[in-house]
Amino acid sequence: MGITVNGTDVELPDDPRVSLLDLLRETLHLSGTKKGCDQGACGACTVLVDGQRILSCLALAVQYEGRSVTTIEGIGADGALHPLQQAFIEHDGFQCGYCTPGQICSAIGMIEELRRGVPSHVTGDLHATSIPYSRDELRERMSGNLCRCGAHNGIIDAIAETYRANAHPEAAE
Amino acid sequence: MSIVDKGKEAAQGIAQSVMKKAVELAPGALLPGGRPDPLIRRQHGHIGKPVSRVDGPLKVRGAAPFAAEIALDGMVYAALAYSTIAKGRIVTLDTGAAEAAPGVVLVMTHHNAPRLNPPPRFLSGDKAAAGDDSPVMQDDRVRWNGEPFALVLAETQEQADHARSLIRVTYAEEPAATSLPTADGCEVGTFMGEPLRAVVGDADAALAAAPHKVEAVFATPGHNHNALELHGATLVWRGDELFVHDATQAVAHTAWSMAQIFGLEEAQVHVSSPFVGGGFGAKGLWQHQILAAAAARLAGRPVRIALSREGVYRIVGGRSPTEQRVALGADADGRLTAIIHRGVTPKTRHSPMPEPFILPTQSAYAARTFALEVQTCYLDMVANTFMRAPGEAVGTVALECAMDELAEQLGMDPIELRILNEPEKDPLSGRPFSSRNIVAAYRAGAQRFGWDRRNPVPRSRREGEWLVGMGCATATYPYHRMPGGAARITLDAAGHARIDVAAHEMGMGTATTHTQVAADRLGLPLDAVTVRYGDSSLPGVILAGGSQQTASVGLSVMMAHQELVGELLKLAGNDSPLAGLGADEVECADAGLRKLDEPGRFESYASILARSGRSELVVEGSAPMPLETMHWSMHSHGAMFCEVRVNAITGETRVSRFLGSFDCGRILNPKTAASQFRGGIIMGLGLALMEETQFDGRNGRIMNRNLSDYHLPVHLDVPEIEVIWTDIPDPHAPMGARGIGEIGITGTGAAVANAIHNATGRRVREFPITLDKLL
Repeated sequence: MGITVNGTDVELPDDPRVSLLDLLRETLHLSGTKKGCDQGACGACTVLVDGQRILSCLALAVQYEGRSVTTIEGIGADGALHPLQQAFIEHDGFQCGYCTPGQICSAIGMIEELRRGVPSHVTGDLHATSIPYSRDELRERMSGNLCRCGAHNGIIDAIAETYRANAHPEAAE
Repeated sequence: MSIVDKGKEAAQGIAQSVMKKAVELAPGALLPGGRPDPLIRRQHGHIGKPVSRVDGPLKVRGAAPFAAEIALDGMVYAALAYSTIAKGRIVTLDTGAAEAAPGVVLVMTHHNAPRLNPPPRFLSGDKAAAGDDSPVMQDDRVRWNGEPFALVLAETQEQADHARSLIRVTYAEEPAATSLPTADGCEVGTFMGEPLRAVVGDADAALAAAPHKVEAVFATPGHNHNALELHGATLVWRGDELFVHDATQAVAHTAWSMAQIFGLEEAQVHVSSPFVGGGFGAKGLWQHQILAAAAARLAGRPVRIALSREGVYRIVGGRSPTEQRVALGADADGRLTAIIHRGVTPKTRHSPMPEPFILPTQSAYAARTFALEVQTCYLDMVANTFMRAPGEAVGTVALECAMDELAEQLGMDPIELRILNEPEKDPLSGRPFSSRNIVAAYRAGAQRFGWDRRNPVPRSRREGEWLVGMGCATATYPYHRMPGGAARITLDAAGHARIDVAAHEMGMGTATTHTQVAADRLGLPLDAVTVRYGDSSLPGVILAGGSQQTASVGLSVMMAHQELVGELLKLAGNDSPLAGLGADEVECADAGLRKLDEPGRFESYASILARSGRSELVVEGSAPMPLETMHWSMHSHGAMFCEVRVNAITGETRVSRFLGSFDCGRILNPKTAASQFRGGIIMGLGLALMEETQFDGRNGRIMNRNLSDYHLPVHLDVPEIEVIWTDIPDPHAPMGARGIGEIGITGTGAAVANAIHNATGRRVREFPITLDKLL
């Protein structure tokens, strides 16, 4: 059994040292997933595994046998941009574009965590059944994705706008 | 620096000063920018519209190709081994195990590296690109802690990394200069061929006599650019030609410099760099491209070199630390009588320039006396280099904090103190300002930010555990335009124009903005203009640095456009409604030429080309020498406003609000410009509160060479940042626009520090202002 990447089965690498990130970039030529540190410190390599966000640089490819990986190339349907991708363009949520795929994949995974009620460092009430989609919640939860160009405002705006419909009315800012 | 270099530099200095005097005295109308760019008058075109990035869809899909992502057949991967001493000789170097390791194609050391010429140091020639002119793996010397001494090529990155770990080296260590007390000499630094020193009157005497004075020492640490894209290149030799897919801010410079190093003709080196994952001054020519090209030649294989994050810290320079003493003297009314700004900063003997922290002080305020000086002390360390707003980023920290201290002593509002000392002309050069509306920027910013709600008494506002304060500071960065700008316009029979220019995109929105500008220049819709850039085969020597790229490209296209109009009129001939008209009687509009005062006399480009049987028209233009910068004092300006909350118990600082009010001439694209301003400000927040390259003064080694220990602002550190601007065109700048890329980081550190003082009553003068300094 191999790994499913964006719906396609791919073989595991022969070399067990190969990270999931390097499998994507060097073997599969899915270079949308970026390498910014290779140490789990920048978030540029964020992908979704069975819907959850992970840092693919800290993942050995062979550990993901049988799992389903979604990269930036698998976001959006039939060549159309995902609404979040469109919102990144509208809000100028990037400059150089290098951290962008990681920010987008991370945000998609993050929103699911928020929906499931997983608390964060800034969540006031840890017993609450629903967590507000406040800017600080979004900021805290996206803080593992570095951006050196300083597009933070646009990134948070894009996420907030895309998922505003999911927010509880009383929590919307 | 050798005596020969010094003599050369002195001669250049004399020639420059003669030239400068002549240009200062010349009638302005004859100079570039002497007649305002006609586009300034046009108010209803594409310029000024918040156009989304033309490359946005590529970037959000991860489909924009970066240098280390180009796949080449037969490509091998490189790994570098870095020295662990600061100075000495390699005594033994055992590469046997590495050579025998699986997949290894080549181990290169100084024993087998090809003979290479030293890299041409940036600023040493028109197209010199290298951040360091040390010989590259040519001998057994170690010149800094982290210098590469071996390169491994292998079939996979994993194999190369493993083999690299098998190399064994021993050194004969020599005493190294790795801290200021052990520096290998100090002297007055130079910047662009001129000494970093200015003396007007007797500032020390004026300070002593001043009824009001402040004097303080400010320390800023080293900084690293930390662009998210790691430095990397994918390259291949085809015969004697070298093709480099690079991540660079200088494609033309890199091609020429690589040719010098490898003894080739410039045309034999091709450098392509359409997307750069952040630069900030760091993406130039360093050892990795040179070593990879040397190894590719030895191995006869294409090579990908992608530096690790540690590798970037080891061989790519950062901003040097500074220690700055600022003393300000003022009369009873608050008028400055003395500005003293002196200090020291380390540099290597192989890097292009010291951190020129007095630059902002040269044109900030009127004063009767000045004493400014940068002392450069030589260390054995990784080369220092320019990082976003070299000089101004850290120089404004010292100057603008000192101004805040002086305002407090005088009992004046710090904005009013600055406005009181606003100069009428450049205080040192005496040149007129091209356009300076900093007072308007302050007034607009103060109103928008609610500056009148600031209590001037420190530590007077508390909300629970949090002490709240507001501060401001002046931002400034010069207008630069470097020689060498050129561009080509290809107009086709369908009325589509392609702009070819060797410019760069590392997030500034280059293609987007210049599509807008060219569309207005040519009277075309946006979708009829394509901008091709990022390749050394295109015209122009255009550095993406010094916030000058937009001016350089803009004027180059303007010159090409003049050629185009002349050629079109010639082609139009006598059967055209335009017959007999000269270039200064027509304008470009509606995809054609029309008479300025008689719009009915019009012919479309398509019609002109069709009648003349042309499928396309190709013209090229070159920008004149940037004499405007010697005739006018040209600077972007800004007023920065910050509100902080400092936790009274933990000392933690949170920036709760920030506003930048800018005066940078005309803003060409408000969407991308706002991002440039915010990006600079956010890097300034890092400078203020967390960023520090920790340098071990015992062994010259950078300790925090990763993104876990070098702290950058993250999402939760960044509040909503408001940016506004005067939008007053600069009559002497192309499109009326001065640079916007670097000014955001200037003034920000001081605005934060001044806000912290207002919140807590504490003056922290050693940056970054971490919580331990506020406890």
